[in-house]
Formats: sequence, structure tokens, C-alpha cells
Amino acid sequence: MSNATSHAVPHAGVHADHHEELGFFRKYVFSTDHKVIGIQYGITSLIFLFIGFSLMMMMRWSIAYPGKAVPLVGPLLEKVLGDVAAKGVISGDLYNSFGAMHGTIMIFLGIVPLAFAAFGNFVVPLQIGAPDMAFPRINMASYQAYFVGGIVMLVSFFVPGGAAQAGWTSYSPLATSIPTQGQTYWLIGMVLLITSSLLGAVNFLATIIQLRAPGMTWMRLPFFVWAQFVTGFLLLLAFPPLEAAGIMQLMDKVAHTSFFLPTGLQLTSLGHISGGGSPLLWQHLFWFLGHPEVYVLILPAMGIVCEIIANNTRKPIWGYKSLVYSSLVIGFVSFIVWAHHMYMTGMGMKISTFFQTTTMIISIPSVIILTCLFLSLWGGSIRFNTPMLFALAFLPMFGIGGLTGLPLGFNYSDIHLHDTYYVIAHFHYVVAPGTIFGLFAGIYYWYPKMTGRFMSEFWGKVHFATSFVFMNLVFQPMFAQGMAGMLRRMVDGGANYATANTPGTTGGLSDTMIHTNQTISMAAWCLALAQVPFIINFFLSIKRGKKVESDNPWQATTLEWQTPTPPPHGNFVKTPIVHRGPYEYSVPGRSKDFTPQTEA
Amino acid sequence: MAEATNAIAEQFDSSEQQHESAWLGLWAFLATEVLFFGGVFLGYIVYRHVYYESFVLASRTTNLVYGTVNTAVLLTSSLTMALAVHAAQVGKNKNLVRFLILTILLAITFMGVKGVEYYEHYKDHQIPGPSFVLKGAPEGELFYYFYFTMTGLHALHVVIGIGLLSVMALLAARRRFNPAYYTPVELSGLYWHFVDIVWIFLYPLIYLISRHS
Repeated sequence: MSNATSHAVPHAGVHADHHEELGFFRKYVFSTDHKVIGIQYGITSLIFLFIGFSLMMMMRWSIAYPGKAVPLVGPLLEKVLGDVAAKGVISGDLYNSFGAMHGTIMIFLGIVPLAFAAFGNFVVPLQIGAPDMAFPRINMASYQAYFVGGIVMLVSFFVPGGAAQAGWTSYSPLATSIPTQGQTYWLIGMVLLITSSLLGAVNFLATIIQLRAPGMTWMRLPFFVWAQFVTGFLLLLAFPPLEAAGIMQLMDKVAHTSFFLPTGLQLTSLGHISGGGSPLLWQHLFWFLGHPEVYVLILPAMGIVCEIIANNTRKPIWGYKSLVYSSLVIGFVSFIVWAHHMYMTGMGMKISTFFQTTTMIISIPSVIILTCLFLSLWGGSIRFNTPMLFALAFLPMFGIGGLTGLPLGFNYSDIHLHDTYYVIAHFHYVVAPGTIFGLFAGIYYWYPKMTGRFMSEFWGKVHFATSFVFMNLVFQPMFAQGMAGMLRRMVDGGANYATANTPGTTGGLSDTMIHTNQTISMAAWCLALAQVPFIINFFLSIKRGKKVESDNPWQATTLEWQTPTPPPHGNFVKTPIVHRGPYEYSVPGRSKDFTPQTEA
Repeated sequence: MAEATNAIAEQFDSSEQQHESAWLGLWAFLATEVLFFGGVFLGYIVYRHVYYESFVLASRTTNLVYGTVNTAVLLTSSLTMALAVHAAQVGKNKNLVRFLILTILLAITFMGVKGVEYYEHYKDHQIPGPSFVLKGAPEGELFYYFYFTMTGLHALHVVIGIGLLSVMALLAARRRFNPAYYTPVELSGLYWHFVDIVWIFLYPLIYLISRHS
């Protein structure tokens, strides 16, 4: 213990030169400090979220007004990307590229790095009372692999043929047979991103297991740490098979093997192939990652929401142990539900039934978590600040996302809904107003710890209200469109199937549904505008925001608020000793309504 | 003596904690490796099941002699590696360096044999592609995709191991390890044994299976 104390900084700023002063590059670019790496991850992933969102803004134009030149950016698109955007119109190829890259960027370059790596890096070591991550240099390597992977993905837009076009799922043989180098870049980028995630996962597991402060027993961990712990396991075990599959698909693409290419496939773009491979093998290996990945996206957000709800209801979390056990069950069961993405492949009744059953089972722990968080609100004197508003909105939004997943988990109803806008609406409710709201909540909540200043409450609330309204206006109508049979991934938004085109026939898409494309697009662009206050608020508050008066501005119990603000290198003034659980709010008979974990 | 390298990184309280964290980290990494190779092996097993006759025929065209020699070489290298770790444990630095170099030499031998084997496949038109020939086995090419991918990925791990062990040998020659601190040697050893175990699975899957009759 003496060793750790000798490293700690006695007072923020006063003895900041206790450690040798590092140059600019060592301090901000090639840093091994978990907080700097967390912020690097945060900024980079927010930029990627913005890029992924911008792609969708352009696609929404094509869906609502097919064949018309994109306003504002149309000429730019043509200049930068060439023929695929001739006259500023988004062609089918470009639409496919944008669609594939929207998914890839949002999931692998936006949300996973923000939820797992950025918040995890900044918050987890602080919350467990550690001076840093277990392997700081591996941590740095993880960020660098992520960064290079991101660059590779972005470069792929400009190679001959454009970026990958086969969706974020990259199904073979489609992915291999589209004549673009973009797919090769996509696969190389994915291998880098997977490497980054694996390094991160190893680091988080070792850190959480080994570096907890004295007294920080497993059941005293804040739920956010538990969520990150389970997420680490998911990444660790789900990603490697996809890496193997990615390498096999890469061989198919560059070495003309046939790991996933079936016999009898004759396409000039493929050249000589032997055939014999199974496209289904790719799907299995992909979704073996793909489904745990869903929980990689949602668990950290649940963790953040849990922290904020406990803090702002001023009450202990209802059913802390249920939350912990539920997240463990989710982690385990998420590995045996993957084939519910593949009901349409004809895998037979028995296997379908198995995966249908496991899928229904996994909804139970999710519902338990949601219920615990709802019950935690009961009787609390709730503080409605910006982080809390986002956290509160997370609950019903994730609820809608989760419940609408049930018809997709059932084999017979999935056959009708598969690959329609219903699916899009379902998983966006989980990830966009769900996870992303959770992440916004986290940004508003921990911003004072990172910078020493608050973000503006007023603009935060404006950001929240507008985002909340437009999110729902975007995704709610898609359920209806999907149930009416509108398919995903159509550059014209289904206009080809409109009844107006073929009068007298039945079964086409009604004009109302086609027209809804336009209202959705309007709402999407308004949603983009709604992010402007956030972006301005985020940057202005670094210098102009209201200063925090203490190190614990939200009067929270967990350890990250027991450090100086912002936390110096080494984090804690002296090694914290933990005496109690994470959520001791409003304990009767105490002088104040919160008892920090360090208080004896 | 070698105090500088014994220093505990600031995030750890004690050298035991540092040591345990490093172990934990490496085991977690090996878990990802198991699943990584598992993905490829799974593909192999699925296709072997689907195209049984072709795979049986094709696997009989692999060179059992080279495969067996390489198995012996790699197993011996595991022994020398274990002896190296033991030498580090008891502080016999000279032996440590010797055994590390021996392990590296065995690894290079393995790669050499593999190279010769690949060359013979090339001569026999067994490299997948337009000139691939394997009579009577329509899906034989698929077998060779897996053969080259699996042994290639394994060889990549051997090469990484050679690099890793070379660094260890260099550090050991500079007397950086002592009985109180030899975690890097130990972890490199663990990695090396893992590379070995992958081969222990590859050898029967590729060379031995369906050799009878």
C-alpha cells in the first residue's frame, strides 16, 4: 500500500510536477493515461457518430426523393466520389455503400468505442479506485488500432469502386462478388477494429479483477463497472470467431478461395473459383459475434443510466443484486441466440425452436434490469437535470425497442417482418434513442469531472427535448411501414412497389406509406439540427461553462467523485479505502443524504 | 542487481499483483486465440462432414513424414522452453539463454520443414488456383484452402513466437531476469506452449485422420 501512496499527488495542481513533465505528444497523442485515452476515444467516436449520421442524412434524401439531386452537398458528392454521384444524385451503388458504412461506422466506430472504450476508460479505473488501467501501453495500442481501423474505413470511400456495399453484415457471396476494393478495405479495417476491441477487453478484465481498491468487494462495485465487466467478456469471446471469418472472407476476396462461395456461382467479377463453400457458415460466424454485440451496445448504457438514476433519485438502486445477476445471465445467454437472425435460411424447425426459446429467455433478464430501474424511481425526490432526463428517456425507449423485438424473435412472425423497416425501427429504438440517449446522459453527467465545468443546463434541455421528439418521429412510423411490407435497403424507399405505379393491382405499398418516407426524412433532418446545441454546448462549456464548486458536484457516492477535478495522473490523493456499497443515498439517521463509499 | 527492471508499475501495489495481472491478461488473450482458431477449425470440421470423400482423399495427399517430423520438432521446442523457464526460476542465466536459443532454432527448423512441404505442394499442383489438380476429389481444393489457411495462421504465430523469444534471449543475455523477476519469460513460454497446442490439434486433423485402410 505504501507504494501506491508514494505515487499519489497530494493536491491537484500544487504538486502536478511531481511526475516528470511530459511533452505535448506524450501527454495528449501517445498518452498511456487512462483518462486521456478515454477522452481520445470519446472525441474520435463522436466524430465517427457524426460521420455515420451524415451518411444517413444523405440516404434519407434518396429515400424520400429518389432520383433527385441531393441539395447542398450534391455537387460536392459528385466532385469527390465521381460517377456514383453523377449530377449529385445518389446512385444505387452509392446508396449501398452509404448504407453499409452507416451501419459499420455507427456500431464499430461510434457506439462501441464510445460506450465501452471511452466511458470505460475514463470511469472504470476511477470507480474501482485504481490509479490507472492494468496495462497502460496496451491501452494506448488499443486506441491506435481503433484509429488506424477508422482511417482505413474512411479511405475505402475513395478507392476504385467505392466503399463496401454489402451491408454491415457483409454476407457472402454478395460481399465478395461486388467488384470493389472497398470490401477488402472493410475487412482489413474490421481486423484492426477487432484487435483494438480484444486488447481493450483483456485490459478491462484484468483491471477490474486485479486493481480494485481495498474494501471494494464485488458486490460493492457500481453497476456501471459490472456492465463493463460483462461487456468485456462478450467482446473477448464473441469477436475472435468473426476475426477468423473475416480472414477467410478476405482470402475469398484476394486469394480467390471459396470458403463461403457455393458451387455453380458464375460471376465475371469473381474469376476462377472452385466453389463448394457455404454462405451460411459466414452468417453463423458473423451472428455469433453479431448478437453478443447487441449487448455490447446496450449494457454500458444500462450501467450509465443506473448510476445517474441512483444519483438523481437520491435513493439506493432497487434490486442491485438482481441487476448484477441479470447482466451475467444476459452475458451467458447472448451466446446462444444468434441464429434468430437467420430464420429465413431454412435451418429447420428444431433449430428454429431452440433459438426461439433462448431468445425469449434472454428477454427476461433485460426486463428485470428495466423493471429494477423503473422501481428505483418510486418515491424518490427526483432531480430533473439534463443527465437525468436522458436517463429517464432511455427507459421507455429501450422498452419499446425490446418489446418490438419479441415478434422478431418468434419464428412465424419474423417471416413476415424479416428485412423490413420494422426491423430497422426495432433495433434503432434499442440503439438510437436507447443506447445513444444513455451515452448522452453519461456525457452530461461526467463532463464536470473531465473538465471541471458543467455543460449548459438550458441548452442541454433543449437538446434533450428536441432529440426526444424527433427520434420518435423518425422511428415510430417505420414500424408501420415495415408491417405494410416495405423492405430495407431500397434506394428509392420502395417507390417501385407503390400502388400508384401499377393501378389496379393489389399488394403494393400504399401511397401513404411511400409518402411517410418524406415526413420521416424531415424529422431526421430536424434531428440533425437538434444536435447543433449539443455540439456547441460541448465545445463552449470547456472554457465557458459554469465551474464546479466541489469535486463532487452531483453529491454522488461512488469513488470517481472522490478525486481532484479533473483527476491528476494517478487519480487519487491517497488510495481510497472502501467501506460500503455504491448507492447509499438518503440513509435514515445520517446528516446528509449521501454517504460516499470511502466514508468509514 | 537488476533493480531497474524489477520496478513495479505505478498502478500496482505489489510485484505479486503485477505478476498476477500479467498472467490474467495473457490467459484472456489466449482465450481469444482459442476462439479465433476455433472459428477456422469449425469451418474445417463442417466442410469435412459435408464433403467427406473429397476430404478423406485430399488429406491422404498431405505429407505424413513432414507433418510427423514437425510435430516432434515442435514438441521438443516446448520441452526446451519449459527448461528455459525453469532456468529463469532458479536463476541460471546461462542456461536460460542457451535454452531460449535452442527453442528459437527448433522453431526455425519447423519453419524450414514447413517451407519444404509448401514447395512440394507447389510442385504437385496442390496450391489452390487455376492449376490445381487432385483427381477424384471434386472438393479437394476446399480442403487445401483450409490446409493453407490453418497451417499458415499457425506459422504466423510461430514467426511471432520466434520474434518474442529472440527479444527474451537478448534481454536474458543482458541479465535482465532473476528469480524474483522473470514474468516475461514465463509468459512467452505460455504463449509458446499455446502455439504448440494448436499444432497438436492441427496434426491429427490434417495428417492423421482418415489415414487408416
